[in-house]
Amino acid sequence: MASTEAYITGLGQSEVGVRLPRHPLLLTVDAVREALDDAGLTLGQIDGVFTYPGKMNGYTAFSPVSSDDLIEVLGIKSKWHLGAMEQPAQLSAIAAAAMAVKQGLVRHAICFRTVYEAGGMADPGTYMSGMKQDTVTGPSQWTSPFWATSAACWTAQYAARHMHRYGMTREQLGQIAINASKNAMRNPRARAITREALTLDKYMSARMISSPLCLYDCDRFTDASTVVIVSAGDALDEVTTTPVRIAAMAGSVDRYSWDQVEWFAAYETGADLWKRTDYTAEDVDTVQFYDGFAFLPITWLEGLGFCEKGEGGRFIEGGSRIALDGELPMNTFGGQLGAGRLHGFGFAHEAVNQLRGTATGRQVAGDPKLAVATSGGGPMAAALLLARD
Amino acid sequence: MNPPRPRPKLDQENTAFWTGGREGRLNIVKCGDCGEFTHPPRLLCRHCQSENVAPHAVAGTGVIDSFTVNHQPWARDLEVPYVIARVKLDGAPGVYLTTNIVHCPVEAVDFEDKVRVVFEEQDGIFYPLFERIA
Repeated sequence: MASTEAYITGLGQSEVGVRLPRHPLLLTVDAVREALDDAGLTLGQIDGVFTYPGKMNGYTAFSPVSSDDLIEVLGIKSKWHLGAMEQPAQLSAIAAAAMAVKQGLVRHAICFRTVYEAGGMADPGTYMSGMKQDTVTGPSQWTSPFWATSAACWTAQYAARHMHRYGMTREQLGQIAINASKNAMRNPRARAITREALTLDKYMSARMISSPLCLYDCDRFTDASTVVIVSAGDALDEVTTTPVRIAAMAGSVDRYSWDQVEWFAAYETGADLWKRTDYTAEDVDTVQFYDGFAFLPITWLEGLGFCEKGEGGRFIEGGSRIALDGELPMNTFGGQLGAGRLHGFGFAHEAVNQLRGTATGRQVAGDPKLAVATSGGGPMAAALLLARD
Repeated sequence: MNPPRPRPKLDQENTAFWTGGREGRLNIVKCGDCGEFTHPPRLLCRHCQSENVAPHAVAGTGVIDSFTVNHQPWARDLEVPYVIARVKLDGAPGVYLTTNIVHCPVEAVDFEDKVRVVFEEQDGIFYPLFERIA
């Protein structure tokens, strides 16, 4: 029988670090165990496994663990599992699990994202073997030959154009990274990534990577696993936590080619999210916006209608509005800029903690009930609206 | 001395683009039925799905839609800084090329600059780079 609603019922996360000696499969199992304990579930009750993007041979550091790996080593009797790159960004794995529980395929699904990019840099022979290509194919053939080999170079061009058209300044953009660093210092799991709060002076004098994006506008390779358990609405009597409802989901891609889109997919995704719910942007208590690059939260702010298109820079001017005690607390765990490149899943993890009131040391005041978590933003994007009823 | 540019693997779809510079042509796939352009090049028109498509030499001029001055050496011995730009091509509506702006200081590049293609050959691949039109 289909369930009408999907809920997030469990959260888990491994140690977060840079060049962790622990094998990425074991980091994943650490996160799974924490999530099961959190939800009050046992492995025997898990019947689905969802991940993004699944194991990537040749670039294992990016995604070293498959759903098959977990099914095998944990003895999961899975009714549906999925790991695929061709989805609208990282949180699509959670959206897919929600669809599965709504259809009655699955009652409790483990959703995970494991990254080992810092460890992989230290052991490229094992984890980065596919990176030594002397020829390029697929989408990268249109950018790499011009030494635009990083997403930083692509995102930078949209950030630069936003500044050119709408007048966003580096001082405004810097508030994303400054806010992230302040929040990261309140998050014990971010201590390996951020040890001191960033100042505007330090930001403005930082080494440029690809103008206007400087060092602090780019997230940092990290080793970690993050797990979210998605449960069917008719299975909530089996869990011991406060469930958080997935109130709406949206994802989009216009052109897969980064350089052919007019603007990023955050705009289309953001507009679609509100078409699927009676809530509005004004109801939202906290936002957890994908910040692989500092410009992306600007596009999410605008795309979700927290401000007009072109107004994102002015919206965050001075940083007080997006601070932990501001009117729209953003990336309260530190985001990827402050808490490491957890690659999408950190945002859902934090949103749920905030809605449960369990974000110890960084809890948003006023009993938050509604949060948005997003992933991606470039050519493809996904967004989740999460509610505590 | 810069390292060799990453080399695209030639196939049925992309060869006309990457080798057109041998004849001084910047080839963009154009539909013989609806007249629209498809880039990156594919074997059918992305506007009307016609298979009646063929490489079409465009003027090779355009304007800088956006750009970044890249300072990070992404490969060993890569000389920085250099300009990566998104060029909006004249005569091919909706087509943008990621490219480098060359033959001028990085400080000289700006939005809306008019540019024209110059090809840089490397082992039979003709990379379309752009220079500002004075």
